Amino acid sequence: MSDPSGSNGGYRVIGSRPVRPDGVDKVTGRAQFGADFHLPGLLTGRIKRSPHAHARIVRIDTAAAERLAGVKAIVTAADFDLEAAGEIEAGESASAIRDVAANCLARAKALYQGHAVAAVAATSPEIAAEAIDLIAVTYEVLPHVIDVDEAMAPGAPVLHDDMFTRGVSPRPGTASNVAQRHVMSRGDAAGMLAAADIVVEGRYTTAAVHQGYIEPHACVASWGADGQSLIWSSSQGQFLVRAMTARILNIPLSDLKVIPAEIGGGFGGKTTVYLEPVALALSRKCGRPVKIVMSREEVFLASGPTSGSSIDIRLAARRDGTITAAEMTLRYQAGAFPGSPVHLGCMTAFACYDVEHLSLIGYDVVSNRPKVAAYRAPGAPMAAFAVESAIDDLARQLSMDPIDLRIRNAVRDGAKTVYGASVRSCALVETLEAIKSHPHYSAPLNPGQARGVAAGFWFNIGGESSAAVHIDEDGGATVVSSNPDIGGSRAAMAMMAAETLGLPIERVRCTVADTASIGFSGSTGGSRVTFATGMAVTEAAQKVVADLRRRAAQIWECDVADVAWRDGVATCLDPAKTVKPLSIAALAARSAKTGGPIAAEVALNAQGAAAGYGVHVCDVEVDPETGRTSIVRYTAAQDVGRAIHPAYVEGQLQGGAAQGVGWALNEEYVYSPEGLLQNAGFLDYRMPVASDLPMIDTVLVETKPNPRHPYGAKGVGEVSIVPPLGAVSNALSQIVGRRMTALPLSPVRVLAALGKI
Amino acid sequence: MVRVLTISADVRELAGGRDVFEVEAETVAGLISRLEAQFPGLGHLIEEKMALAIDGEIFQDAPGERLRPECEVVLIPRIAGG
Repeated sequence: MSDPSGSNGGYRVIGSRPVRPDGVDKVTGRAQFGADFHLPGLLTGRIKRSPHAHARIVRIDTAAAERLAGVKAIVTAADFDLEAAGEIEAGESASAIRDVAANCLARAKALYQGHAVAAVAATSPEIAAEAIDLIAVTYEVLPHVIDVDEAMAPGAPVLHDDMFTRGVSPRPGTASNVAQRHVMSRGDAAGMLAAADIVVEGRYTTAAVHQGYIEPHACVASWGADGQSLIWSSSQGQFLVRAMTARILNIPLSDLKVIPAEIGGGFGGKTTVYLEPVALALSRKCGRPVKIVMSREEVFLASGPTSGSSIDIRLAARRDGTITAAEMTLRYQAGAFPGSPVHLGCMTAFACYDVEHLSLIGYDVVSNRPKVAAYRAPGAPMAAFAVESAIDDLARQLSMDPIDLRIRNAVRDGAKTVYGASVRSCALVETLEAIKSHPHYSAPLNPGQARGVAAGFWFNIGGESSAAVHIDEDGGATVVSSNPDIGGSRAAMAMMAAETLGLPIERVRCTVADTASIGFSGSTGGSRVTFATGMAVTEAAQKVVADLRRRAAQIWECDVADVAWRDGVATCLDPAKTVKPLSIAALAARSAKTGGPIAAEVALNAQGAAAGYGVHVCDVEVDPETGRTSIVRYTAAQDVGRAIHPAYVEGQLQGGAAQGVGWALNEEYVYSPEGLLQNAGFLDYRMPVASDLPMIDTVLVETKPNPRHPYGAKGVGEVSIVPPLGAVSNALSQIVGRRMTALPLSPVRVLAALGKI
Repeated sequence: MVRVLTISADVRELAGGRDVFEVEAETVAGLISRLEAQFPGLGHLIEEKMALAIDGEIFQDAPGERLRPECEVVLIPRIAGG
């Protein structure tokens, strides 16, 4: 579906596949990640964590630890600004700073196993570990609740005495674990369901799953004697780290510089802070730099997975396959503090389909689990699992091809979503047709195999971004980006600058700046960077081109309107002038005589991020003895606007599909009756590895470039995790002969469905 | 008159249960200030926590955006991502 002429839409650089600029550093180990920084006098920080799922903290006795030689500082929540208030935008939704602080170091209660209660800084890892053991915490163990439905039940242990369900009128008189009730509706869903030709329904559950980034959270913090502090850390946003840390410690933003390290994966999970305020508080106390690195076990115990969920759905349709109405109730785990993405689940559930009558109710529910964090298309995969399963049931009842059924109901430009936006620049139908016409869809299946399809949606966002473009003295260019490079944004930024300037991509380098070296930017997330920061880069490059034309006109003593810019060269259009064209290099060499350094910086708030749509098809087979499901073949198609670097876009589709397959088949948090996590490591928390998956084929649908972006880009990072849950389950349900409604589709569940255990 | 709708329970709470409003405004900033005047706290809520779908297109933090007479504005939760 990419331009079959191979002309790249007339672009020289956009749509090509240059070598990854950060690739060599990353494969040779030269790249500096959060744990790689070292400073003179560096101390090791360690976190004391709760062994209980739910407990009141009666006393924290640090006296013995303080006496241990080599211990330089100990902090608890009392070292934070206990009055810190307000909210900050991060990840899937705004977070209350008070909750972020209490998640970094617990206040009155430990709300989940692994909840941080104190921290030490010491001269060696061994001393730090010994000091952690010497900190004596007296707990009053409380009843706990893990499951979302149990947390909503009357009589469930209540986590927060001051939490009364919002969105309910009148305001409840008693506290509960339901933080908020969201309602979205239009039309008369109940009436249409009552009168429908066909109704399909079901209850679906999904497990909490972790983002599974390879690099654990890590940072180095250094408090200066003059109050000027530094943090090096891996995150999805250096400005976010600065804002959260500064507010928790009550220091001005100007006194804290955050330097972004390379990041070994985030997927939404690094859009908050866990360690940075703790490390800086320790450093403030002892005057020495402090490094804290989470172990893998700590990552699982204390950093955000995404929500597990339970969802009820009823779907009404006419016999011709037109979906007329739907009702859904979505219950999402928020973890220990409010803020699950259930509202996004409600908003995205039917975003692929033009359904007139809808009623969606969402519940944001706390329980004794780590606070959830954003994860690729937060909230959407769980809702899509229920919707795509119900649509698959409908297709079977009607004996309709599942793609044809989806095309019949697919949104098209101008359709109105339940949350109020209109559909525009939408290529969902083309994406469905791309899968239908793909050789995979018509390939014969072997005995014992089955094929499933599913669709998915994500909004994509724009937001605040800053970028600068500097022309080097030799005519090359440096792009200064404000966003950590997680998915290849350095290449995309450099490509957009190269295209605009007319330079070969090899002459443009992109660097990611610290908080003191570039204007503010939102985080790397929401599939926003290529769109929003790319827009800032392009506009900065356009300013540079305008300046280069002005300089050429100055040299030629002609009107700037008579200077053309093409392929990095200024040409004089004034027939009265007999002058040779001037390249960027030639103009850069004379910059001192034409106005000084050539550079531009742009800060903007990008609007108009077009949504993305994906359709996946997968073939599976099951080992009837073990219940293990194998993915035999997988193809992902996506409406991508225009792919700036197609190989990176394909990588996003493949990565999202792989994570979604893990979500569908194996990943889950397993708790003991005491509320303790039983599988806090990659050995027992089973993510798919390369040998578990076939090559994931991709189709980039580029029929609807985003008109609000200079090169037509849409966000591409999130849609791809939405369809796999439904696609895998729809295939597997055929093999076992019944609808599979609970994820993960682990061997035990498959064997049970086959009646073998 | 701009027609303002919402799917947000938070808006309904501040607006006495209402979820449809008629507002005279030429820009997003004007719309927010008029809603704030009518329902104290609502303007602040919109500025801090809401996005606006203006005739179907989503805008966040766009106070200068001009509003067409008779246009439709839907107040929706802000959208982020992972």
